[in-house]
Amino acid sequence: MKEPKLKEHVINRDWCKGCSICVYFCPNKVLELDDGDKAFAKRPEDCICCKLCEFRCPDLAIEVITYRESEVIL
Amino acid sequence: MAVKDYIRERFFPHIWCSGCGHGMVLNGLLRAIEKIGLDKNEIVMVSGIGCSARISGYVDFHTLHTIHGRALTFATGIKMSRPELKLIVPMGDGDALAIGGNHFIHAARRNMDMTAIVINNRIYGMTGGQYSPLSGYGTMSTTSPYSNIDHDFDVVELSVAAGASFVGRTTTYHVKQMADILGQAIVHKGFSVVEIMSQCPTYFGRQNRLGTAIDMLEHFKENTTPVGSKAKQKNPDLVERGIFVQKKMPEYCDEYDKIIERAKKGN
Ligand SMILES: Cc1ncc(C[n+]2csc(CCOP(=O)(O)OP(=O)(O)O)c2C)c(N)n1
Ligand code: SF4
Ligand SMILES: [Mg+2]
Repeated sequence: MKEPKLKEHVINRDWCKGCSICVYFCPNKVLELDDGDKAFAKRPEDCICCKLCEFRCPDLAIEVITYRESEVIL
Repeated sequence: MAVKDYIRERFFPHIWCSGCGHGMVLNGLLRAIEKIGLDKNEIVMVSGIGCSARISGYVDFHTLHTIHGRALTFATGIKMSRPELKLIVPMGDGDALAIGGNHFIHAARRNMDMTAIVINNRIYGMTGGQYSPLSGYGTMSTTSPYSNIDHDFDVVELSVAAGASFVGRTTTYHVKQMADILGQAIVHKGFSVVEIMSQCPTYFGRQNRLGTAIDMLEHFKENTTPVGSKAKQKNPDLVERGIFVQKKMPEYCDEYDKIIERAKKGN
């Protein structure tokens, strides 16, 4: 099976409370908080699509969309 | 079905504090349900009162937000009348084991098919950080400003002793294990208890100088170990995670049906 490739991180800024759990526990340090204390993907090219940020987010604010999934949807 | 299809998006963002473990439990539970492939209309979530109990408002199942400590009693009534439905009962440590302690042990003993989730943040979050029966000796809280002299329950040992036919424990750090154990607990036919060690950075964390939610998650990672591991023999202070009991036992609603049949026959 081919490794999933990142399409994008969809981050719901209205739901994110800026706890930084995703930033801290991302194995590749892809995410950061912006000036408004909301998570964003600073280095998306480093994402390995493990989805740990999505699974750990207490606010259900992150979705990691990969190409295989998005192709199915489209 | 995507996880988003299981929630009532109109009530988000939720009320829980930044970094609160309760949202992580909601997240893990939705993934477990998605993986099993349950239909929304097959599930009834019943909760009591507490920050944790607010979870029932956010899921798009049949839901009841009831009274403090009595979620299991309402769930018992529903299950007796509609045994085909899947009952999920998330409770705070106070809800489940302080005011609800008696209901908890007797529900476990009866082995009615439902999943009790004890979201253990070791504090009464909702009412401002009073100690609970899970806080433990030496902890600080609003009601133990000179430190707590009460000892805590071990949720797993208590549940095993009370007769639960499925008993598991995990933490909010271990999200994949959380979804796995919750899934197995929901599928299990009988009374399942899953303790999830969770963080309340606002009260338990602050009052006990445990740092941020991230520090508290690191603490769960460092101070727990898979059940039966060698690490536990070396360091008995480690808390074990995993499935402790998973056994087949007569289920209450099935047994009740047999009683009805017997009564009809008059013998
Ligand atoms: C009969 C009754 N007694 C007391 C209360 C006050 N009360 C509300 S929530 C709560 C405890 C909450 O703690 P826990 O169950 O651990 O949930 P958490 O907020 O920590 O998630 C208490 C004592 C109440 N609502 N009803
Ligand atoms: S008070 Fe504690 S338990 Fe309640 S929402 Fe805040 S962090 Fe969570
Ligand atoms: Mg609590």
